[in-house]
Amino acid sequence: MPGALDILSWACLLAGSFFALVSSLAMLRLPDFYSRVHGASISDTMGAGLILLGLVFQAGLSLVTVKLGLVLMFLVITGPTSSHTLAKAAYRLGLDPQLRSKEENASSQN
Amino acid sequence: MKAAFNLLVALFGMWLLWSGHYTPLLVSIGLVSCLGVVLLCQRMGIVDREALPLDLTWRTLRYIPWLALEVVKSNLDLARRVLSPRMPISPQLIELQATQKTDLGLVTLANSITLTPSTVTIEATSDGRLVVHALASDIAEDLLKGEMDRRVTRVEGSVAGTMENTA
Repeated sequence: MPGALDILSWACLLAGSFFALVSSLAMLRLPDFYSRVHGASISDTMGAGLILLGLVFQAGLSLVTVKLGLVLMFLVITGPTSSHTLAKAAYRLGLDPQLRSKEENASSQN
Repeated sequence: MKAAFNLLVALFGMWLLWSGHYTPLLVSIGLVSCLGVVLLCQRMGIVDREALPLDLTWRTLRYIPWLALEVVKSNLDLARRVLSPRMPISPQLIELQATQKTDLGLVTLANSITLTPSTVTIEATSDGRLVVHALASDIAEDLLKGEMDRRVTRVEGSVAGTMENTA
């Protein structure tokens, strides 16, 4: 019989995996380079965050939990840094983002 | 000198958390390595308030929960957009005037924007203009309302006067 902590932990791990999956789907579905960068940041934040939270429930109050927290902290700093660097490099090299105003968007859907 | 001491305490605290080995020999080796790092940093001239902004810590702690909530909200929003068959997106490139006075504040804002899915900071200039790519027009409008900018400026607070923008 699994304890409440285990169930909580599994729920977090499953939810984290779900967001990682959504992130991959976003990478495939979104139309251009810049919007795909947004897709990748789902797994950086929600995916990794929930999986680490799930692992925290497995580890309990110990040094391992502190380390998991630090791992999250580093991810939170390096994730946006790499996203920004990618986007900036593409922008500097003259890759134009596909832009759409609200109106065009609405008409293309009809 | 005070900054160097603070750095030593922070480094050694970090060492204790990472290592998990508390025999006298290993702890003293750890302490000596931390001292070595502080000496190296001192020689490189990078021990200053910007390296360890302790006075920002408290206000930063109040900012983090708000940011975390924003990140979760925009994750759910983005997941909904991606999973919906029609994929309601309208990518925008917007320009934002940031109100932070220090480089550290500007970096905090730019990184917060990028951390939030569906907005990425592409360019930042030293006079505080940010070029941001947003995935949809309502997300862009939300960002242009400037709540994140105001909150980061509040975190920066009174330090602004003593840590002026050097770029």
